[in-house]
Amino acid sequence: MSAPPPASPRERQADRSAARRNRWLAGPAVTIVALFGIVPLLIVLVYSFLAPAPYGGVQWKFSTDAYLNFLFQRDIFSDALEFSPAFLLIYLRSFVFAVITTLICLALGFPTAYFMATRPPEQRNWWVLLITIPFWSNLLVRTLAIMFIIRDEGLINMALMGLGLIDKPITMLYTNFAIVLGLFYSFLPFMVLPLYSSLEKLDFRLVEAAHDLYATRRQVLWRIVIPMSAPGIVAGCLLVFIPALGAYVTPLILGGGTHLMIGDLIAQQFGSGRNWPLGSAQALILMAAVLVALWVYVRNAAKGGKHG
Amino acid sequence: MAERGPLDLKTQPGFGKVALLCLFLLYAPILILMIFSVNSGSIITHWEGVSLHWYGAALADDDFHSAARNTMVIAISATVIATLTATLAAIGMTRVKPWRGLGAAFMVINLPLMVPEIVTAIATLSFFALVAGKLGLNFGIGNLIIAHTVFCIPFAYMPIRARLEDMDLTLEQAAADLYAPPWQTFRRVTLPLMMPGVFSGMALAFIVSFDDFTITQLVAGPGQTTLPLYIWNQTRRPMTPEINAISTILLLISIIVVTASALIARRRKA
Repeated sequence: MSAPPPASPRERQADRSAARRNRWLAGPAVTIVALFGIVPLLIVLVYSFLAPAPYGGVQWKFSTDAYLNFLFQRDIFSDALEFSPAFLLIYLRSFVFAVITTLICLALGFPTAYFMATRPPEQRNWWVLLITIPFWSNLLVRTLAIMFIIRDEGLINMALMGLGLIDKPITMLYTNFAIVLGLFYSFLPFMVLPLYSSLEKLDFRLVEAAHDLYATRRQVLWRIVIPMSAPGIVAGCLLVFIPALGAYVTPLILGGGTHLMIGDLIAQQFGSGRNWPLGSAQALILMAAVLVALWVYVRNAAKGGKHG
Repeated sequence: MAERGPLDLKTQPGFGKVALLCLFLLYAPILILMIFSVNSGSIITHWEGVSLHWYGAALADDDFHSAARNTMVIAISATVIATLTATLAAIGMTRVKPWRGLGAAFMVINLPLMVPEIVTAIATLSFFALVAGKLGLNFGIGNLIIAHTVFCIPFAYMPIRARLEDMDLTLEQAAADLYAPPWQTFRRVTLPLMMPGVFSGMALAFIVSFDDFTITQLVAGPGQTTLPLYIWNQTRRPMTPEINAISTILLLISIIVVTASALIARRRKA
Protein backbone atom coordinates (compact mmCIF):
# COMPACT_ATOMS: atom_id res chain seq x y z
CA MET A 1 0.00 0.00 0.00
CA SER A 2 1.43 3.36 -0.98
CA ALA A 3 1.59 6.18 1.57
CA PRO A 4 -1.30 8.66 1.27
CA PRO A 5 -0.29 12.00 -0.25
CA PRO A 6 0.20 14.84 2.23
CA ALA A 7 -3.14 16.47 2.97
CA SER A 8 -3.84 20.16 3.53
CA PRO A 9 -4.81 21.09 7.10
CA ARG A 10 -8.43 21.56 6.06
CA GLU A 11 -8.56 18.18 4.36
CA ARG A 12 -6.94 16.59 7.35
CA GLN A 13 -9.57 18.08 9.63
CA ALA A 14 -12.34 16.81 7.35
CA ASP A 15 -10.71 13.39 7.44
CA ARG A 16 -10.57 13.45 11.18
CA SER A 17 -14.21 14.39 11.68
CA ALA A 18 -15.25 11.69 9.19
CA ALA A 19 -13.12 9.22 11.13
CA ARG A 20 -14.77 10.32 14.34
CA ARG A 21 -18.18 9.78 12.81
CA ASN A 22 -17.15 6.40 11.40
CA ARG A 23 -16.11 4.90 14.71
CA TRP A 24 -19.77 4.83 15.81
CA LEU A 25 -20.43 2.37 13.01
CA ALA A 26 -18.97 -0.29 15.31
CA GLY A 27 -21.75 0.51 17.78
CA PRO A 28 -24.53 -1.88 16.72
CA ALA A 29 -22.28 -4.97 16.48
CA VAL A 30 -20.52 -4.21 19.77
CA THR A 31 -23.86 -3.53 21.49
CA ILE A 32 -25.40 -6.81 20.31
CA VAL A 33 -22.44 -8.93 21.42
CA ALA A 34 -22.07 -7.04 24.72
CA LEU A 35 -25.77 -7.25 25.60
CA PHE A 36 -26.47 -10.82 24.45
CA GLY A 37 -22.97 -12.32 24.72
CA ILE A 38 -21.23 -10.72 27.68
CA VAL A 39 -24.20 -9.99 29.96
CA PRO A 40 -25.20 -13.69 29.87
CA LEU A 41 -21.67 -14.63 30.99
CA LEU A 42 -22.00 -12.20 33.91
CA ILE A 43 -25.33 -13.81 34.79
CA VAL A 44 -23.57 -17.19 34.85
CA LEU A 45 -21.02 -15.70 37.22
CA VAL A 46 -23.82 -14.50 39.53
CA TYR A 47 -25.71 -17.81 39.24
CA SER A 48 -22.63 -19.74 40.32
CA PHE A 49 -22.93 -18.05 43.75
CA LEU A 50 -26.64 -18.81 44.23
CA ALA A 51 -28.58 -21.83 45.46
CA PRO A 52 -30.39 -24.16 43.07
CA ALA A 53 -34.18 -24.06 42.81
CA PRO A 54 -35.79 -27.52 43.00
CA TYR A 55 -37.05 -27.60 39.40
CA GLY A 56 -34.21 -25.87 37.59
CA GLY A 57 -33.29 -22.19 37.80
CA VAL A 58 -31.94 -20.51 40.92
CA GLN A 59 -32.97 -19.25 44.35
CA TRP A 60 -31.66 -15.76 45.12
CA LYS A 61 -29.65 -16.81 48.17
CA PHE A 62 -25.89 -16.35 48.33
CA SER A 63 -24.10 -19.69 48.46
CA THR A 64 -20.66 -21.05 47.65
CA ASP A 65 -22.01 -24.61 47.52
CA ALA A 66 -21.58 -24.80 43.74
CA TYR A 67 -17.81 -24.43 44.05
CA LEU A 68 -17.63 -26.65 47.15
CA ASN A 69 -19.68 -29.30 45.35
CA PHE A 70 -17.14 -29.28 42.58
CA LEU A 71 -14.61 -30.94 44.88
CA PHE A 72 -16.60 -32.12 47.89
CA GLN A 73 -19.79 -33.89 48.65
CA ARG A 74 -21.85 -33.28 51.76
CA ASP A 75 -22.47 -36.41 53.74
CA ILE A 76 -26.24 -36.89 54.01
CA PHE A 77 -26.14 -37.96 57.63
CA SER A 78 -23.33 -36.08 59.32
CA ASP A 79 -23.37 -33.00 57.02
CA ALA A 80 -19.57 -33.22 56.85
CA LEU A 81 -17.75 -32.38 53.62
CA GLU A 82 -15.99 -35.28 52.01
CA PHE A 83 -13.56 -35.04 49.14
CA SER A 84 -15.23 -36.36 46.00
CA PRO A 85 -13.12 -36.35 42.86
CA ALA A 86 -15.91 -37.35 40.40
CA PHE A 87 -16.11 -33.94 38.66
CA LEU A 88 -12.37 -33.40 38.86
CA LEU A 89 -11.84 -36.74 37.11
CA ILE A 90 -14.17 -35.70 34.28
CA TYR A 91 -12.16 -32.49 33.87
CA LEU A 92 -8.95 -34.49 33.93
CA ARG A 93 -10.27 -36.94 31.36
CA SER A 94 -11.40 -34.09 29.08
CA PHE A 95 -7.94 -32.56 29.40
CA VAL A 96 -6.24 -35.86 28.48
CA PHE A 97 -8.62 -36.38 25.53
CA ALA A 98 -7.99 -32.84 24.31
CA VAL A 99 -4.21 -33.28 24.54
CA ILE A 100 -4.26 -36.65 22.73
CA THR A 101 -6.55 -35.21 20.03
CA THR A 102 -4.24 -32.22 19.58
CA LEU A 103 -1.17 -34.46 19.23
CA ILE A 104 -2.82 -36.77 16.67
CA CYS A 105 -4.11 -33.77 14.70
CA LEU A 106 -0.61 -32.27 14.72
CA ALA A 107 1.08 -35.55 13.70
CA LEU A 108 -1.24 -35.96 10.69
CA GLY A 109 -2.00 -32.30 10.05
CA PHE A 110 1.58 -31.07 9.77
CA PRO A 111 2.62 -33.34 6.88
CA THR A 112 -0.69 -32.54 5.18
CA ALA A 113 -0.23 -28.79 5.49
CA TYR A 114 3.40 -29.05 4.34
CA PHE A 115 2.38 -31.12 1.33
CA MET A 116 -0.33 -28.56 0.48
CA ALA A 117 2.08 -25.64 0.80
CA THR A 118 4.56 -27.26 -1.61
CA ARG A 119 1.99 -27.85 -4.40
CA PRO A 120 1.77 -25.52 -7.41
CA PRO A 121 -0.51 -22.51 -6.60
CA GLU A 122 -3.54 -23.69 -8.61
CA GLN A 123 -3.52 -27.11 -6.86
CA ARG A 124 -3.12 -25.39 -3.51
CA ASN A 125 -6.47 -23.63 -3.90
CA TRP A 126 -8.22 -26.95 -4.44
CA TRP A 127 -6.55 -28.51 -1.42
CA VAL A 128 -7.60 -25.57 0.73
CA LEU A 129 -11.17 -25.88 -0.49
CA LEU A 130 -11.16 -29.64 0.22
CA ILE A 131 -9.98 -29.06 3.80
CA THR A 132 -12.33 -26.10 4.26
CA ILE A 133 -15.50 -27.98 3.31
CA PRO A 134 -15.47 -30.35 6.32
CA PHE A 135 -14.50 -27.36 8.49
CA TRP A 136 -17.84 -25.73 7.67
CA SER A 137 -19.96 -28.88 7.46
CA ASN A 138 -22.49 -29.79 10.10
CA LEU A 139 -20.66 -31.18 13.12
CA LEU A 140 -23.66 -33.17 14.32
CA VAL A 141 -24.04 -34.87 10.94
CA ARG A 142 -20.31 -35.60 10.67
CA THR A 143 -20.33 -37.11 14.15
CA LEU A 144 -23.36 -39.25 13.28
CA ALA A 145 -21.48 -40.39 10.18
CA ILE A 146 -18.68 -41.68 12.42
CA MET A 147 -21.23 -43.37 14.64
CA PHE A 148 -22.79 -45.24 11.71
CA ILE A 149 -19.40 -46.60 10.70
CA ILE A 150 -18.12 -47.78 14.06
CA ARG A 151 -21.37 -49.20 15.45
CA ASP A 152 -21.54 -52.92 16.25
CA GLU A 153 -23.58 -53.37 13.07
CA GLY A 154 -21.64 -50.62 11.27
CA LEU A 155 -19.61 -50.83 8.11
CA ILE A 156 -16.26 -51.66 9.74
CA ASN A 157 -17.60 -54.57 11.80
CA MET A 158 -19.70 -55.83 8.87
CA ALA A 159 -16.66 -55.78 6.61
CA LEU A 160 -14.41 -57.52 9.14
CA MET A 161 -17.03 -60.19 9.80
CA GLY A 162 -17.71 -60.55 6.10
CA LEU A 163 -14.03 -61.23 5.56
CA GLY A 164 -14.13 -63.76 8.36
CA LEU A 165 -11.50 -61.90 10.39
CA ILE A 166 -13.73 -61.68 13.47
CA ASP A 167 -16.72 -63.69 14.71
CA LYS A 168 -18.51 -61.05 16.70
CA PRO A 169 -18.38 -57.26 16.36
CA ILE A 170 -15.63 -55.28 18.06
CA THR A 171 -17.26 -52.75 20.37
CA MET A 172 -15.99 -49.33 19.35
CA LEU A 173 -18.97 -47.07 19.93
CA TYR A 174 -19.37 -45.60 23.44
CA THR A 175 -15.68 -46.07 24.25
CA ASN A 176 -12.83 -43.65 24.87
CA PHE A 177 -11.50 -44.64 21.44
CA ALA A 178 -14.73 -43.48 19.81
CA ILE A 179 -14.56 -40.09 21.53
CA VAL A 180 -10.94 -39.43 20.58
CA LEU A 181 -11.63 -40.57 17.01
CA GLY A 182 -14.62 -38.24 16.83
CA LEU A 183 -12.65 -35.31 18.26
CA PHE A 184 -9.81 -35.90 15.80
CA TYR A 185 -12.26 -36.11 12.92
CA SER A 186 -14.11 -32.96 14.04
CA PHE A 187 -11.09 -30.73 14.58
CA LEU A 188 -8.45 -31.90 12.06
CA PRO A 189 -9.22 -29.00 9.66
CA PHE A 190 -8.70 -26.57 12.59
CA MET A 191 -5.10 -27.81 12.71
CA VAL A 192 -4.38 -28.03 8.99
CA LEU A 193 -5.61 -24.56 7.98
CA PRO A 194 -3.46 -22.40 10.33
CA LEU A 195 -0.45 -24.68 9.72
CA TYR A 196 -0.94 -24.26 6.00
CA SER A 197 -1.16 -20.49 6.15
CA SER A 198 2.05 -20.45 8.17
CA LEU A 199 3.92 -22.90 5.89
CA GLU A 200 2.70 -21.15 2.76
CA LYS A 201 4.68 -18.07 3.81
CA LEU A 202 7.83 -20.10 4.49
CA ASP A 203 10.82 -18.87 2.49
CA PHE A 204 11.89 -22.05 0.71
CA ARG A 205 15.22 -20.47 -0.23
CA LEU A 206 16.21 -21.32 3.34
CA VAL A 207 15.47 -24.96 2.58
CA GLU A 208 17.65 -24.77 -0.55
CA ALA A 209 20.41 -23.08 1.41
CA ALA A 210 20.30 -25.85 4.02
CA HIS A 211 20.51 -28.48 1.30
CA ASP A 212 23.48 -26.68 -0.22
CA LEU A 213 25.14 -26.94 3.16
CA TYR A 214 24.62 -30.73 3.08
CA ALA A 215 21.70 -30.91 5.49
CA THR A 216 19.61 -34.06 5.10
CA ARG A 217 15.88 -33.79 4.49
CA ARG A 218 15.28 -34.78 8.09
CA GLN A 219 17.60 -32.05 9.34
CA VAL A 220 15.93 -29.49 7.08
CA LEU A 221 12.55 -30.49 8.49
CA TRP A 222 13.53 -30.40 12.17
CA ARG A 223 15.97 -27.50 12.14
CA ILE A 224 14.44 -25.17 9.52
CA VAL A 225 10.82 -25.91 8.60
CA ILE A 226 9.39 -26.78 12.02
CA PRO A 227 11.04 -23.92 13.98
CA MET A 228 10.02 -21.43 11.30
CA SER A 229 6.39 -22.57 11.36
CA ALA A 230 6.17 -22.52 15.17
CA PRO A 231 3.51 -19.75 15.25
CA GLY A 232 1.27 -21.84 12.99
CA ILE A 233 1.86 -24.94 15.12
CA VAL A 234 0.93 -23.10 18.31
CA ALA A 235 -2.15 -21.53 16.70
CA GLY A 236 -3.30 -24.88 15.28
CA CYS A 237 -2.79 -26.67 18.60
CA LEU A 238 -4.82 -24.01 20.39
CA LEU A 239 -7.61 -24.10 17.81
CA VAL A 240 -7.88 -27.87 18.33
CA PHE A 241 -7.29 -28.00 22.07
CA ILE A 242 -9.87 -25.37 23.11
CA PRO A 243 -12.91 -26.74 21.28
CA ALA A 244 -11.84 -30.33 22.10
CA LEU A 245 -11.69 -29.50 25.81
CA GLY A 246 -15.23 -28.10 25.79
CA ALA A 247 -16.63 -30.57 23.25
CA TYR A 248 -20.30 -31.36 23.68
CA VAL A 249 -21.63 -33.08 20.55
CA THR A 250 -18.84 -35.66 20.22
CA PRO A 251 -19.07 -37.22 23.71
CA LEU A 252 -22.86 -36.89 23.59
CA ILE A 253 -23.12 -39.10 20.51
CA LEU A 254 -19.98 -41.26 20.62
CA GLY A 255 -19.66 -41.51 24.42
CA GLY A 256 -23.30 -42.43 24.88
CA GLY A 257 -23.69 -40.70 28.25
CA THR A 258 -21.29 -43.06 29.98
CA HIS A 259 -17.99 -41.46 29.04
CA LEU A 260 -18.69 -37.87 30.05
CA MET A 261 -16.64 -34.84 29.14
CA ILE A 262 -16.88 -31.33 30.60
CA GLY A 263 -19.38 -30.17 27.96
CA ASP A 264 -21.93 -32.89 28.75
CA LEU A 265 -21.39 -32.46 32.47
CA ILE A 266 -22.32 -28.76 32.23
CA ALA A 267 -25.32 -29.45 29.98
CA GLN A 268 -26.52 -32.12 32.43
CA GLN A 269 -26.70 -29.64 35.31
CA PHE A 270 -28.98 -27.45 33.21
CA GLY A 271 -31.06 -30.44 32.10
CA SER A 272 -31.81 -33.50 34.18
CA GLY A 273 -29.41 -32.45 36.96
CA ARG A 274 -31.48 -29.33 37.72
CA ASN A 275 -28.56 -27.64 39.42
CA TRP A 276 -27.94 -24.42 37.53
CA PRO A 277 -25.48 -22.95 40.04
CA LEU A 278 -23.30 -26.07 39.89
CA GLY A 279 -23.45 -26.00 36.07
CA SER A 280 -22.54 -22.29 36.11
CA ALA A 281 -19.54 -22.94 38.36
CA GLN A 282 -18.43 -25.81 36.12
CA ALA A 283 -18.76 -23.58 33.04
CA LEU A 284 -16.67 -20.85 34.67
CA ILE A 285 -13.97 -23.36 35.61
CA LEU A 286 -13.88 -24.45 31.94
CA MET A 287 -13.69 -20.78 30.88
CA ALA A 288 -10.79 -20.27 33.27
CA ALA A 289 -8.92 -23.20 31.69
CA VAL A 290 -9.51 -21.74 28.22
CA LEU A 291 -8.31 -18.31 29.32
CA VAL A 292 -5.12 -19.85 30.76
CA ALA A 293 -4.47 -21.55 27.39
CA LEU A 294 -5.10 -18.27 25.52
CA TRP A 295 -2.89 -16.35 27.94
CA VAL A 296 -0.02 -18.80 27.45
CA TYR A 297 -0.50 -18.36 23.70
CA VAL A 298 -0.53 -14.56 23.78
CA ARG A 299 2.55 -14.50 26.05
CA ASN A 300 4.42 -16.86 23.72
CA ALA A 301 3.36 -14.87 20.67
CA ALA A 302 4.67 -11.68 22.29
CA LYS A 303 7.95 -13.38 23.15
CA GLY A 304 8.29 -14.81 19.63
CA GLY A 305 7.66 -11.34 18.21
CA LYS A 306 10.54 -9.95 20.25
CA HIS A 307 12.94 -12.59 18.98
CA GLY A 308 11.91 -12.27 15.35
CA MET B 1 23.86 -38.67 0.76
CA ALA B 2 21.54 -41.12 -0.93
CA GLU B 3 18.43 -39.48 0.49
CA ARG B 4 19.21 -36.10 -1.11
CA GLY B 5 16.88 -35.94 -4.08
CA PRO B 6 18.36 -34.37 -7.18
CA LEU B 7 15.32 -32.31 -8.15
CA ASP B 8 12.62 -31.26 -5.72
CA LEU B 9 14.34 -30.19 -2.55
CA LYS B 10 11.07 -29.23 -0.88
CA THR B 11 9.63 -32.74 -0.90
CA GLN B 12 9.54 -34.64 2.35
CA PRO B 13 9.13 -38.41 1.96
CA GLY B 14 5.72 -39.78 2.92
CA PHE B 15 4.04 -36.41 3.46
CA GLY B 16 1.93 -36.78 0.33
CA LYS B 17 0.62 -40.11 1.57
CA VAL B 18 -0.32 -38.59 4.93
CA ALA B 19 -2.16 -35.78 3.11
CA LEU B 20 -4.15 -38.29 1.07
CA LEU B 21 -4.87 -40.29 4.23
CA CYS B 22 -6.24 -37.14 5.89
CA LEU B 23 -8.49 -36.43 2.90
CA PHE B 24 -9.70 -40.02 3.01
CA LEU B 25 -10.42 -39.83 6.75
CA LEU B 26 -12.26 -36.52 6.35
CA TYR B 27 -14.41 -37.58 3.43
CA ALA B 28 -15.01 -41.35 3.79
CA PRO B 29 -17.59 -41.06 6.62
CA ILE B 30 -19.49 -38.29 4.81
CA LEU B 31 -19.50 -40.18 1.51
CA ILE B 32 -20.64 -43.41 3.16
CA LEU B 33 -23.49 -41.53 4.83
CA MET B 34 -24.47 -40.02 1.48
CA ILE B 35 -24.34 -43.39 -0.28
CA PHE B 36 -26.57 -44.99 2.35
CA SER B 37 -29.08 -42.15 1.93
CA VAL B 38 -30.12 -43.63 -1.42
CA ASN B 39 -30.52 -47.11 0.05
CA SER B 40 -33.98 -48.53 -0.59
CA GLY B 41 -34.00 -50.83 2.45
CA SER B 42 -35.39 -49.75 5.78
CA ILE B 43 -32.47 -50.95 7.90
CA ILE B 44 -29.94 -48.22 8.16
CA THR B 45 -26.76 -50.22 7.59
CA HIS B 46 -28.06 -52.95 5.31
CA TRP B 47 -27.75 -52.21 1.59
CA GLU B 48 -30.69 -53.28 -0.58
CA GLY B 49 -30.65 -51.12 -3.68
CA VAL B 50 -30.73 -47.59 -5.03
CA SER B 51 -33.81 -45.51 -4.40
CA LEU B 52 -34.79 -41.97 -3.50
CA HIS B 53 -37.54 -43.37 -1.28
CA TRP B 54 -36.16 -41.86 1.93
CA TYR B 55 -35.82 -38.41 0.42
CA GLY B 56 -39.50 -38.63 -0.48
CA ALA B 57 -40.34 -39.79 3.03
CA ALA B 58 -38.36 -36.92 4.55
CA LEU B 59 -39.85 -34.28 2.28
CA ALA B 60 -43.38 -35.51 2.98
CA ASP B 61 -42.92 -35.21 6.74
CA ASP B 62 -44.69 -32.23 8.35
CA ASP B 63 -42.19 -32.08 11.20
CA PHE B 64 -39.40 -31.81 8.65
CA HIS B 65 -41.22 -28.92 6.97
CA SER B 66 -41.64 -26.98 10.17
CA ALA B 67 -38.00 -27.65 11.16
CA ALA B 68 -36.84 -26.45 7.74
CA ARG B 69 -39.01 -23.34 8.04
CA ASN B 70 -37.66 -22.54 11.52
CA THR B 71 -34.09 -23.09 10.36
CA MET B 72 -34.49 -20.75 7.40
CA VAL B 73 -36.27 -18.02 9.41
CA ILE B 74 -33.53 -18.11 12.07
CA ALA B 75 -30.57 -18.43 9.69
CA ILE B 76 -31.75 -15.70 7.30
CA SER B 77 -32.66 -13.23 10.06
CA ALA B 78 -29.39 -13.83 11.94
CA THR B 79 -27.39 -13.61 8.71
CA VAL B 80 -28.96 -10.32 7.64
CA ILE B 81 -28.53 -8.65 11.05
CA ALA B 82 -25.02 -10.03 11.56
CA THR B 83 -23.81 -9.09 8.06
CA LEU B 84 -25.21 -5.55 8.27
CA THR B 85 -23.80 -4.81 11.72
CA ALA B 86 -20.48 -6.54 10.94
CA THR B 87 -20.09 -4.54 7.71
CA LEU B 88 -20.69 -1.26 9.55
CA ALA B 89 -18.29 -2.34 12.30
CA ALA B 90 -15.59 -3.32 9.81
CA ILE B 91 -15.83 0.10 8.12
CA GLY B 92 -15.74 1.88 11.46
CA MET B 93 -12.75 -0.13 12.58
CA THR B 94 -10.46 -0.15 9.54
CA ARG B 95 -11.01 3.16 7.71
CA VAL B 96 -10.16 5.25 10.77
CA LYS B 97 -7.19 6.33 12.81
CA PRO B 98 -6.87 4.07 15.84
CA TRP B 99 -9.32 5.31 18.46
CA ARG B 100 -9.46 4.67 22.16
CA GLY B 101 -11.52 1.55 22.72
CA LEU B 102 -10.76 0.12 19.27
CA GLY B 103 -8.92 -2.83 20.80
CA ALA B 104 -11.75 -3.38 23.28
CA ALA B 105 -14.36 -3.25 20.50
CA PHE B 106 -12.34 -5.78 18.52
CA MET B 107 -12.19 -8.11 21.52
CA VAL B 108 -15.93 -7.81 22.17
CA ILE B 109 -16.80 -8.64 18.57
CA ASN B 110 -14.49 -11.68 18.56
CA LEU B 111 -15.49 -12.88 22.02
CA PRO B 112 -18.02 -15.47 20.77
CA LEU B 113 -15.13 -17.27 19.03
CA MET B 114 -13.17 -17.66 22.26
CA VAL B 115 -15.94 -18.84 24.59
CA PRO B 116 -16.60 -22.60 24.39
CA GLU B 117 -19.95 -23.22 22.70
CA ILE B 118 -21.44 -25.07 25.65
CA VAL B 119 -20.68 -22.09 27.93
CA THR B 120 -22.35 -19.69 25.47
CA ALA B 121 -25.29 -22.10 25.33
CA ILE B 122 -25.94 -22.26 29.08
CA ALA B 123 -25.22 -18.52 29.47
CA THR B 124 -27.79 -17.64 26.81
CA LEU B 125 -30.27 -20.07 28.36
CA SER B 126 -29.77 -18.42 31.77
CA PHE B 127 -30.13 -14.97 30.24
CA PHE B 128 -33.45 -15.70 28.54
CA ALA B 129 -34.73 -17.56 31.61
CA LEU B 130 -33.95 -14.46 33.68
CA VAL B 131 -35.53 -12.11 31.14
CA ALA B 132 -38.64 -14.28 31.04
CA GLY B 133 -38.76 -14.68 34.83
CA LYS B 134 -38.06 -11.08 35.90
CA LEU B 135 -39.43 -9.05 32.99
CA GLY B 136 -42.00 -11.50 31.70
CA LEU B 137 -40.58 -11.18 28.18
CA ASN B 138 -40.35 -14.08 25.80
CA PHE B 139 -39.50 -13.38 22.18
CA GLY B 140 -40.37 -16.90 21.02
CA ILE B 141 -38.23 -17.80 18.07
CA GLY B 142 -36.68 -14.34 18.45
CA ASN B 143 -34.64 -15.79 21.31
CA LEU B 144 -32.94 -18.12 18.87
CA ILE B 145 -32.48 -15.35 16.30
CA ILE B 146 -30.74 -13.20 18.93
CA ALA B 147 -28.56 -16.09 20.13
CA HIS B 148 -27.52 -16.94 16.57
CA THR B 149 -26.86 -13.30 15.63
CA VAL B 150 -24.30 -13.04 18.45
CA PHE B 151 -22.11 -15.89 17.21
CA CYS B 152 -22.68 -15.00 13.53
CA ILE B 153 -21.25 -11.49 13.97
CA PRO B 154 -17.55 -12.47 14.29
CA PHE B 155 -17.85 -14.93 11.39
CA ALA B 156 -19.30 -12.20 9.17
CA TYR B 157 -16.85 -9.61 10.50
CA MET B 158 -13.58 -11.48 9.80
CA PRO B 159 -13.70 -11.73 5.97
CA ILE B 160 -15.16 -8.21 5.57
CA ARG B 161 -12.39 -6.73 7.70
CA ALA B 162 -9.74 -8.77 5.85
CA ARG B 163 -11.08 -7.51 2.53
CA LEU B 164 -11.08 -3.87 3.68
CA GLU B 165 -7.51 -4.20 4.94
CA ASP B 166 -6.34 -5.68 1.63
CA MET B 167 -8.04 -2.98 -0.44
CA ASP B 168 -6.00 -0.31 -2.12
CA LEU B 169 -6.69 3.08 -0.52
CA THR B 170 -5.54 4.98 -3.64
CA LEU B 171 -8.83 4.34 -5.50
CA GLU B 172 -10.81 6.00 -2.74
CA GLN B 173 -8.32 8.85 -2.64
CA ALA B 174 -8.60 9.26 -6.42
CA ALA B 175 -12.38 9.52 -6.11
CA ALA B 176 -12.00 12.11 -3.37
CA ASP B 177 -9.47 14.04 -5.48
CA LEU B 178 -12.05 14.17 -8.25
CA TYR B 179 -14.45 15.91 -5.85
CA ALA B 180 -16.65 12.92 -5.12
CA PRO B 181 -18.40 13.60 -1.80
CA PRO B 182 -17.66 10.97 0.90
CA TRP B 183 -20.99 9.21 0.50
CA GLN B 184 -20.54 8.93 -3.27
CA THR B 185 -16.98 7.65 -2.81
CA PHE B 186 -18.29 5.03 -0.46
CA ARG B 187 -21.25 4.09 -2.65
CA ARG B 188 -19.35 3.96 -5.98
CA VAL B 189 -15.85 2.87 -4.94
CA THR B 190 -15.56 1.37 -1.45
CA LEU B 191 -18.77 -0.63 -1.42
CA PRO B 192 -18.31 -2.44 -4.78
CA LEU B 193 -14.71 -3.25 -3.85
CA MET B 194 -15.66 -4.69 -0.47
CA MET B 195 -18.60 -6.76 -1.75
CA PRO B 196 -16.63 -10.06 -2.10
CA GLY B 197 -15.76 -9.76 1.59
CA VAL B 198 -19.38 -9.06 2.44
CA PHE B 199 -20.51 -12.09 0.42
CA SER B 200 -18.12 -14.48 2.09
CA GLY B 201 -18.99 -13.03 5.50
CA MET B 202 -22.64 -13.57 4.71
CA ALA B 203 -22.01 -17.14 3.56
CA LEU B 204 -20.09 -18.00 6.73
CA ALA B 205 -22.73 -16.41 8.98
CA PHE B 206 -25.45 -18.37 7.20
CA ILE B 207 -23.57 -21.67 7.49
CA VAL B 208 -22.74 -21.36 11.19
CA SER B 209 -26.34 -20.46 11.99
CA PHE B 210 -27.77 -23.14 9.70
CA ASP B 211 -25.57 -25.84 11.24
CA ASP B 212 -25.70 -24.82 14.89
CA PHE B 213 -26.74 -27.58 17.25
CA THR B 214 -25.31 -26.99 20.73
CA ILE B 215 -26.61 -23.48 21.41
CA THR B 216 -29.93 -24.09 19.67
CA GLN B 217 -30.54 -27.29 21.63
CA LEU B 218 -30.20 -25.56 24.99
CA VAL B 219 -31.95 -22.30 24.09
CA ALA B 220 -34.83 -23.64 21.95
CA GLY B 221 -38.27 -23.67 23.52
CA PRO B 222 -40.98 -26.22 22.74
CA GLY B 223 -41.91 -26.27 19.06
CA GLN B 224 -38.74 -24.42 18.03
CA THR B 225 -37.15 -27.39 16.31
CA THR B 226 -34.49 -26.64 13.71
CA LEU B 227 -33.08 -29.15 11.21
CA PRO B 228 -30.08 -30.18 13.37
CA LEU B 229 -32.45 -30.65 16.33
CA TYR B 230 -34.81 -32.64 14.11
CA ILE B 231 -31.94 -34.95 13.14
CA TRP B 232 -30.97 -35.33 16.79
CA ASN B 233 -34.55 -36.25 17.73
CA GLN B 234 -34.55 -38.86 14.95
CA THR B 235 -31.45 -40.54 16.37
CA ARG B 236 -33.28 -41.20 19.59
CA ARG B 237 -35.85 -43.40 17.86
CA PRO B 238 -35.24 -46.54 15.84
CA MET B 239 -33.26 -45.04 12.99
CA THR B 240 -34.25 -45.29 9.34
CA PRO B 241 -32.28 -44.14 6.28
CA GLU B 242 -34.49 -41.02 6.39
CA ILE B 243 -31.91 -39.57 8.80
CA ASN B 244 -29.22 -40.16 6.15
CA ALA B 245 -31.34 -38.38 3.56
CA ILE B 246 -31.86 -35.30 5.73
CA SER B 247 -28.20 -35.32 6.78
CA THR B 248 -27.15 -35.45 3.14
CA ILE B 249 -29.37 -32.46 2.33
CA LEU B 250 -27.72 -30.50 5.16
CA LEU B 251 -24.23 -31.49 4.03
CA LEU B 252 -24.96 -30.55 0.42
CA ILE B 253 -26.23 -27.11 1.45
CA SER B 254 -23.02 -26.50 3.45
CA ILE B 255 -20.85 -27.74 0.59
CA ILE B 256 -22.63 -25.57 -1.99
CA VAL B 257 -22.52 -22.40 0.12
CA VAL B 258 -18.85 -22.86 1.11
CA THR B 259 -17.74 -23.71 -2.43
CA ALA B 260 -19.67 -20.81 -3.93
CA SER B 261 -18.21 -18.42 -1.40
CA ALA B 262 -14.66 -19.69 -2.08
CA LEU B 263 -15.13 -19.40 -5.84
CA ILE B 264 -16.50 -15.84 -5.60
CA ALA B 265 -13.57 -14.81 -3.41
CA ARG B 266 -11.09 -16.43 -5.81
CA ARG B 267 -12.51 -14.90 -8.99
CA ARG B 268 -12.62 -11.39 -7.55
CA LYS B 269 -9.02 -11.71 -6.43
CA ALA B 270 -7.81 -12.71 -9.89
